[in-house]
Parts: sequence; structure tokens; C-alpha cells
Amino acid sequence: MDSNIVLKAQAIEKYFTDPEPFKVLDNVSFEILKGEFTSIVGKSGCGKSTLLYILSTMDTDYSGQLWIGGEDMKIKSEKELAAVRNEHIGFVFQFHYLLNEFSVLKNVILPGLKLQKLSPKDLEEKAMLHLKQLGIDSLAPKMAYKLSGGEKQRVAIARALINDPLIIMGDEPTGNLDHKNSEIVFDIFEQLSKEYGQSLLIVTHDDEFAARTGKTIIMEDGRIVQKN
Amino acid sequence: MKTGLIPDIAYALMTARLRQTLVAAAGVTFSITMFVALLGFMNGLNTLLDDLILNRSPHVRLYNDIKPSPVQPISMATAYKDDYHFISSVKPGAVRKELYNSGAILSALKADTRVAGVSPKVTAQVFYNIGPIDMTGVINGIDVENEQRLFFFANYVTSGRASDLEDVSNSVILGKGAADKMLANIGDIIQVTSITGDPLSLKVVGIFQSGIAELDKVQSYASIRTTQKILGKTNNYLTELQIKLHDMSTAPSVAKEYADLFRCDSEDIQTANAQFETGSSVRSLISYAVGITLLIVSGFGIYNILNMMIYEKMDTIAILKATGFSGSDVKLIFLVIALSIGFFGGLAGLIFGYILSLIIDNIPFVTAALPTIHTYPIDYNLKYYIIAAIFSLVTTYLAGYFPARKASKTDPVNIIRGK
Repeated sequence: MDSNIVLKAQAIEKYFTDPEPFKVLDNVSFEILKGEFTSIVGKSGCGKSTLLYILSTMDTDYSGQLWIGGEDMKIKSEKELAAVRNEHIGFVFQFHYLLNEFSVLKNVILPGLKLQKLSPKDLEEKAMLHLKQLGIDSLAPKMAYKLSGGEKQRVAIARALINDPLIIMGDEPTGNLDHKNSEIVFDIFEQLSKEYGQSLLIVTHDDEFAARTGKTIIMEDGRIVQKN
Repeated sequence: MKTGLIPDIAYALMTARLRQTLVAAAGVTFSITMFVALLGFMNGLNTLLDDLILNRSPHVRLYNDIKPSPVQPISMATAYKDDYHFISSVKPGAVRKELYNSGAILSALKADTRVAGVSPKVTAQVFYNIGPIDMTGVINGIDVENEQRLFFFANYVTSGRASDLEDVSNSVILGKGAADKMLANIGDIIQVTSITGDPLSLKVVGIFQSGIAELDKVQSYASIRTTQKILGKTNNYLTELQIKLHDMSTAPSVAKEYADLFRCDSEDIQTANAQFETGSSVRSLISYAVGITLLIVSGFGIYNILNMMIYEKMDTIAILKATGFSGSDVKLIFLVIALSIGFFGGLAGLIFGYILSLIIDNIPFVTAALPTIHTYPIDYNLKYYIIAAIFSLVTTYLAGYFPARKASKTDPVNIIRGK
């Protein structure tokens, strides 16, 4: 497989059985190349979030094929998938930002501690670098629950970056932020994509946001209706 | 590094809900404290009550019982060999209460490696003469040194010295009840008459209190020589040999063997005191049941608190899973929480249990029946502490296992999308 392909989905289908059988995803296939900034847009209920959770390996109840970094995700165990998420996928959510029991710095380095590629000291240095880049290095020693929404989201981005993932996935990362903070978050994503060649896959219902990304996938009723 | 990460997260989750965690740990502490103190106290009492009888009982007694001959003349008659014999009104013959050939038996016993010690004894039925009243009694002629070594005789001599029995001729240590009735004190002279009618004056050198009041009203102790003198017998006259074995559990078989070998009667401690063992084991059983109930109740407490914690920490679990922690990592985190509560709660419980035992051990407990006891008895056996420690870990592990498994199976997608 082309080493430039970060993520490849082929013929992904998923049914909800409750309350009655319903096809949420129908024959979804696409690829994400290295350094691409892709957004998935569509109306509420079109299956875009469902798709994202399948791509993120957290939802394993689907049919079709999924490769991340050239590896087949279908044949992996729960433990192996957790390791894939840890090493190759960075997450930014809409609501559930950080672990309130820990400081900002600890939140950022936690996935790194789990991965064990770098020593805690190196991880802290790296985390401080990311936080500085995102303009929030002064918050590092604060407890996570004391931060504002915009600040939390930036910390979450720093956390997503800590293990140099193949791809960063976001589920409505700006959905809960005011305009100013949305702008900041978008600019960070754009910068990551352009300057550092970071691949990004962001689900959003904000058409304005989607229009500014490199590639947009439009979904309707569980199908991809347009890629550009 | 990873080994430190899981406890690290567990610690953070615990300190975030410090009060709940402490309540759960306090539950374990309380139950372990009570478990240790209760078992120590119960078994202290058990040992005390058992010692009351068992310490002073020989493991095997050899004596000659009054009983009819097992072989009646008719069964020796060859003419009626094949017939069934009906014999009514069989009476015991004139048996001597003396042990035959006691000297040889003594030396045989001393050579036996299973035997820890032998104390010979002469029992004499007497009347204590108190003015015009004759009171029945028993004088046990004992070898003071052996009796002390094997049966802790001096522990029960509440006043006077046990060794005076050997040093002062014609001396007696009276049972407390008998002494009270005779108004006799140390130094007084009392009159006894043997059943054959020979009177003898004895000097009181001590008072004996066994803890069993009935016994103290009749029993007194003298040296073997003095007792033989009361009975008018020679100095090889012994009525009983009391044997202590190295291993008490072999007593029944040893007793049987000696009975056959020395052609006398024997009785083992298990047969003689069966009811005490039953009582002890039932008491232990009850205290174990109570202690284990306490632990199980605290286990439910931990289960509840962990369950609540997992509901509260659903977000945290989801984030951990999304950022690469597997189900087994999450399970481990909650098991570490449960086991930490069990370990530290249990440790505190062991310490408090020991302190509570010390307190009980110092509460005055004075009773006329137990002259050597001044405070409540406590058994500080390490066994109870080990059982308590193991049990606290096992119950907390089980209490933590099910909530932890639930946490590990939590689907992060449901939580993240749910809001």
C-alpha cells in the first residue's frame, strides 16, 4: 500500500438494530493522505459521528475494511486497538475534554506515559513545547478543571499531539466554543497541517469551518455524496 | 514506568474522592479490628477454659478400675463352650486398687520416647475430722516435682508453698472449700481418718484452689509418702500413673496399648474431656462466623463505593480508553483502588485490633473460680492476624472485581456521544 496513505476505509457499513434495523452507514470508502486536512460534514443523523468512531477504532461493530498506517484494523484485538489509538490517533472531542483529577501537564503527557517511548522527563519537555506553541504554557501546573472551555480544547490538542500520531481526529471540536475560540482552534489545526504535515480528520456541521479545510467529505443518509 | 502509571491514576482517582475512599477503608479497618480482637478474646477464653481442665489432666491415666472380670468362670468351662451364657447379678471381685508392679511400669514408661513425663499418684479416701463432724474427702498423694512440671501444680496453690509438701513431714495442702469448712489456716494441724479407721494428724502447709469449687471442697494434696502412711501401705503402693505425652493426639492409641501391655485400665484425655473440645471448637466457629460476616459487610460497602465511583468517573474511563488505555488497564486501575483500600484499611485494622486486644487484656477480670487470672485473657496468635489480612485482601478484591470489570467493558463511544 502507498505509504502516503494514512487511513483507508473501504465499503464500511453499519446497522443500528435498536429500536428497529436501520442502516447508518452504507458503503463508505475513502482515503486520507499524509498531511491532508479533511473535514466530514453533513446534517445531524447522517452518520458522520458514527463513521468517526469506527475510524477511531473505538467502535468495532461494523463490516468493511479499515487500514490505519497500512495495518488492518479488523483483525486486531481490543488490547491491540487500544495500542493503535494510543500511538497513532490523537483525539479532540466536543465535550469530554480532560481528566479533572490531574494537572494540565499530566493530562498532556498521560498518553505518552502509556506509550513509554520517551522518559517522563522528555515527555514533559515535549509537552511544554506543544503548550507553548498553543500559547498556554503558563497553564501547565493548573488543575484541569480550573480551565475555560477554549483553554481546555487547546490542552486536548496538545494531548492529541504528544505521541506524534499519524492522524488527529476531532468530533465537533469547535462545536462548543464561541467564535473567537473556534478561530483559534481552527488556526491551530491549519498550522499543524501546513507547517508540520499533520493529517487531520474533523467531523463538523459548521460549513464555514469545512469550507476552509483542504478536503471536504459531504455525507447524507449514511452515504458519501461528495468528495472534494 | 508503566507499573507506576496505573497506581498513579488509581491514586489520583482515590484522592479526588478522598472522603468516600476513607469511608470504605474505615469499613475495612473496623471489621478487621473487630475480627482480630474478637478472635483473640474468644480464643483467649477458650484456652483459659481448656487449660482449667486440660492442663491439669494427664493425657493417659493408668489405674485399676473396680469392675467385674470380663471372663466369667462359665465361659472357661469347655462343656458349655458353644452355648450362649446368661449370667445375672455379676459383681466385681475383690480387686486391689493398687497398680501391680508399678516400679517396672514406671521404668518402662520413662524409657518410652513418646512420653513427656510420668507423675505417680496415690489416692486415699479419708474423713476430715472437724470436732464431732466427719467430712468425706480425698487426699491425693503426689510427687510434687513431677506434678509441678507436668500439671503446673503450684499455679493453683494460692497460699503456702507447694514444695513444703516434700519438706515438711505429714503435711497437707487443703482444697479451698475444705479449708474454709475446717476453718484451717497454714500452720494448723488437722485430723484425718482413713476409711480403715486409722487416724493421723496433718499439718496444713498450703491452700489449693483449682477453680472448680466442687472439687476444692473434697480434694487435698499430700506427698506420696504421707498418703501411703494414711493408708498404712508400703512405699511401692501406687494407685495411678499420670502420663503426659509429647503429642496429645496420640493419647487414645497409646492408652489402649498401655492397657494391654501393663494389664491395667487406662483412660485418655480425649475420652475423659470430650465436652471441652466440642465447646472450644463451637466457640471458635461462632467467632469466625461473626468476624467473616463483618468482613463481608464491609466488602459490600467497598462494592457500593466503587460502583458509585465508576458511575461518576464514566468520562474519565472514556477518555482513558480513547487515548489508548485498554479495558484491562482500566480494570487494573479499579482493582488497584479496591486493593489499596483493602490493604491500608486492613493494615490499620490489624494495628487497631492489636491495640484493642491490649486494652481488653488490661481490663480487670477477677473471679473466685480462677485464682491465677486477674485480667481478661487474650490470645495473640499470629494466625488470626494472617487470616484477617488475607481475608481483607480477598473480600476487597472480590468487591472491586465486579465494578472493575464493568468499568473495563464500558463502551467509550456511548459516553462520548451521549452528552
